[in-house]
Amino acid sequence: MSRNDVLVSVDWVQEHLGQPGIVLVEVDEDTSAYDGGHIEGAVKLDWKKDLQDPLRRDHLDKTSFESLLSSRGIGNDDTVVLYGGNNNWFAAYAYWYFKIYGHRDVKLMDGGRKKWELDGRPLSKDAVERPATQYQASEPDLSIRAFRDEVVASIGSKNLVDVRSPDEFSGKILAPAHLPQEQSQRAGHVPTAINIPWSKAANEDGTFKSDEQLAELYAEQGFDDSRPTIAYCRIGERSSHTWFVLRELLGKSDVKNYDGSWVEYGSLVGVPIEK
Amino acid sequence: MCGAPKQGGALAGIDLDTQTVIQGQVWHDGAPVAGAYVRLLDATDEFTAEVVTSPEGEFRFFAAPGTWKLRSLAPVGRGERVVEAEVGLTETTVVLD
Repeated sequence: MSRNDVLVSVDWVQEHLGQPGIVLVEVDEDTSAYDGGHIEGAVKLDWKKDLQDPLRRDHLDKTSFESLLSSRGIGNDDTVVLYGGNNNWFAAYAYWYFKIYGHRDVKLMDGGRKKWELDGRPLSKDAVERPATQYQASEPDLSIRAFRDEVVASIGSKNLVDVRSPDEFSGKILAPAHLPQEQSQRAGHVPTAINIPWSKAANEDGTFKSDEQLAELYAEQGFDDSRPTIAYCRIGERSSHTWFVLRELLGKSDVKNYDGSWVEYGSLVGVPIEK
Repeated sequence: MCGAPKQGGALAGIDLDTQTVIQGQVWHDGAPVAGAYVRLLDATDEFTAEVVTSPEGEFRFFAAPGTWKLRSLAPVGRGERVVEAEVGLTETTVVLD
């Protein structure tokens, strides 16, 4: 696995628009962004309505994921290129999600919507229809997904990477600063976690830093290559961005994303917390 | 993140006795800039959040009291502004050049 297998540039996407076998998928935090203009031919996945179980706090089960991808016209053999707003947070989350269900060829567009927009590249408001498929997902690969008990058991033994901003890590604020700060759970972080904000892995235009810069970043922040790793944030999308960097770009082994993240951990009764 | 709330607009439903709201507009050449990226950096210049301005060029952050830097990036240019925020409303303008 190398950068070229998992990441494509905006130029590459523009050159391959409309090519059979490649499906562009937009996943945004602001789920209205797609409707205001999207890359030509891209289909939309709504991270909240489409990618979450409608009742429980969890992913879709395998059958529902198959129905979702079939309805969007995504086939097992298609190359799926994900992009989105907010520096690709939710596109990275979808990337990790597609990997859990075993999609063979999935890539991120480096820089996402932001890079595309800052370059002044064209957006389309045309409705996108793709013929339905019969998508077959694999059983979920839980080797890349961490749950709460494993996080508690990992204190002091694994790399726990808290990718939130320093003020969230220290407990000064409870949520990213573009959201109201009304959550009721406790503030702070998992003891022994190191704070390496996701943003340190990205340039201002939303693209990822170079492999050399990334390797240096984690090394100097105390990341221990001999230990397994769990990344977390608030609800698991920023940590997907870091999971992508660690596992897919830097090729580190045994990296999991804890999508329960601080919203779950900070509400558990009796678990240790540091501030 | 529960979907970024719509930028700008009325403050209805926001408790200014507890929230520290930093909001304003991005301007360039005497007009507000829609679709500009605005990021909020903490006192150590670390990224805290980023939003895209509304059709009226507005942005809004929910922060904590202290010193913050706003940095805006758009196809027409870039701009920065440092603000001191307290509990309640802090309004400002970021000019791109």
